Amino acid sequence: MPEPITVKVDGRPVAVPSGSTVAVAVMLAGIACRRSVTGEQRFPLCGIGICFECRVAIDGRPHCRSCQILARPGMEVSTNE
Amino acid sequence: MSKELRQQFDVLVIGGGPAGMAAAVSAAECGLRVGLVDDNPSLGGQIWRGEAANCTSEAGEWAEKLCACGVELICGARVFHQPEVGTLLAEGPENCYELEYRKLVLATGARERFLPFPGWTLPNVMGAGGLQALVKSGLPIAGKRVVVAGSGPLLLAAAAYLHKHGARIPIICEQASWFCLMHFALALLPYPPKIAQGLSLGRELAGVRFVANCWPVAAEGEETLEAVIVSRGNKREKIPCDYLACGFHLVPNVELATLLGCRIQDGYVTVEDFQETSVPGVFCAGEPTGIGGLELSLIEGRIAGLGAAGRAERAKQFCKPRAKLQKFARALDRAFSPRSELRSLALPDTIVCRCEDVKYDRLKPYTSWRAAKLHTRCGMGACQGRVCGPATQFLLNWHPNSVRPPIFSTRFENLIAMTCSPDGKHSAVTGGHG
Repeated sequence: MPEPITVKVDGRPVAVPSGSTVAVAVMLAGIACRRSVTGEQRFPLCGIGICFECRVAIDGRPHCRSCQILARPGMEVSTNE
Repeated sequence: MSKELRQQFDVLVIGGGPAGMAAAVSAAECGLRVGLVDDNPSLGGQIWRGEAANCTSEAGEWAEKLCACGVELICGARVFHQPEVGTLLAEGPENCYELEYRKLVLATGARERFLPFPGWTLPNVMGAGGLQALVKSGLPIAGKRVVVAGSGPLLLAAAAYLHKHGARIPIICEQASWFCLMHFALALLPYPPKIAQGLSLGRELAGVRFVANCWPVAAEGEETLEAVIVSRGNKREKIPCDYLACGFHLVPNVELATLLGCRIQDGYVTVEDFQETSVPGVFCAGEPTGIGGLELSLIEGRIAGLGAAGRAERAKQFCKPRAKLQKFARALDRAFSPRSELRSLALPDTIVCRCEDVKYDRLKPYTSWRAAKLHTRCGMGACQGRVCGPATQFLLNWHPNSVRPPIFSTRFENLIAMTCSPDGKHSAVTGGHG
């Protein structure tokens, strides 16, 4: 088994298996990716980059579809951006 | 500011699933310069997600062939505009690519059809393929209770995958009737490999409850999903679970084909004998021409690649097997199209457009997709109607009738690339979405 890697989700360290996407890290952190326009918590829906529910900011870049981006050590992920 | 990278190809393939990989290999083996763009971090599309690195798998074999014949891979980038015929713009994590082509192959795949029902926006309600994709991407599922629901063979494939990875599947709910399923089973008879796949899925799912004529009517939970209410005949049943994996068969991704002006009929891109669309030089293969699965995608990809390379005579051998598999695609469509009862799943206060939180009762006064967009913002959010478009098509018989660039939400600096190329040739694009 390859070593797990650690990313930060809203400042909180989360370990995910190597090869995981950022969406998995956010789900494991138990934090919603975003709040909808009426304030609902939203988590990933389609898993393939279509629905945009999983969008987060990664290393300061907003609106990244977290299900399409591999987690890398030290990544800083911010939800509700 | 993202860097603009300009590249030129004889044949450019959009989409790195089975159809795109087969097309790229077939064209490159003819000695042409071939590029392949895909928006996922690695090759394989959805069906082969995460498998291309395993060289003993079919996906791995195709990935090896791609490298061996010198196909240039651009992964993690998605095409958002064609500023002029022969040039596409694609956005990557760091760069904006300007990709010039002589011939183009569209292999943009399909997505799940989502239908709104009360509670479908709760955390842990996902697509069936969606949850499978996330588990393939590292989400631990062992010990979790997953209700699998919706329609189509993907339900069984997803359930088998999740089951193999330790999920507990209390029920698989298929909305199609037993009659439709029996008809579909009969239609499978000419396809021994499909029967073998079906039997193998059956073995993997031995002991898992499969119910036809059954669909979710509500997902319940305080903060997150706790249970699903399913409807079977006149009965309702509440099933506690951690995840609901729910998708109603597939719809093709035809946004790029539409943007390029390709003729679309009944939702699918129409193609000639060698997979050429109504736009000369633009070919299309795989699910956008009809939801037919892996084997058909590979065959159409080969034909499209050879057609784009101008070697149509070599593609002729594939035409007969393609015709046979296209019949299978039609049988799929017939068996797993959503039944009319599902139109009553959405209640007046059910959100239909998740991007803009537009509820069903706000949509009902309008007679068209366009009018609803203008008045309610339905379909105007980040997904550009990819989720609520097919849903309102089913619920209200609307037809999303226009696609405008950029066809994906795009970073501002790349929108600038869209309006002015380095040589100043491109026309200005000022619109958002009308």
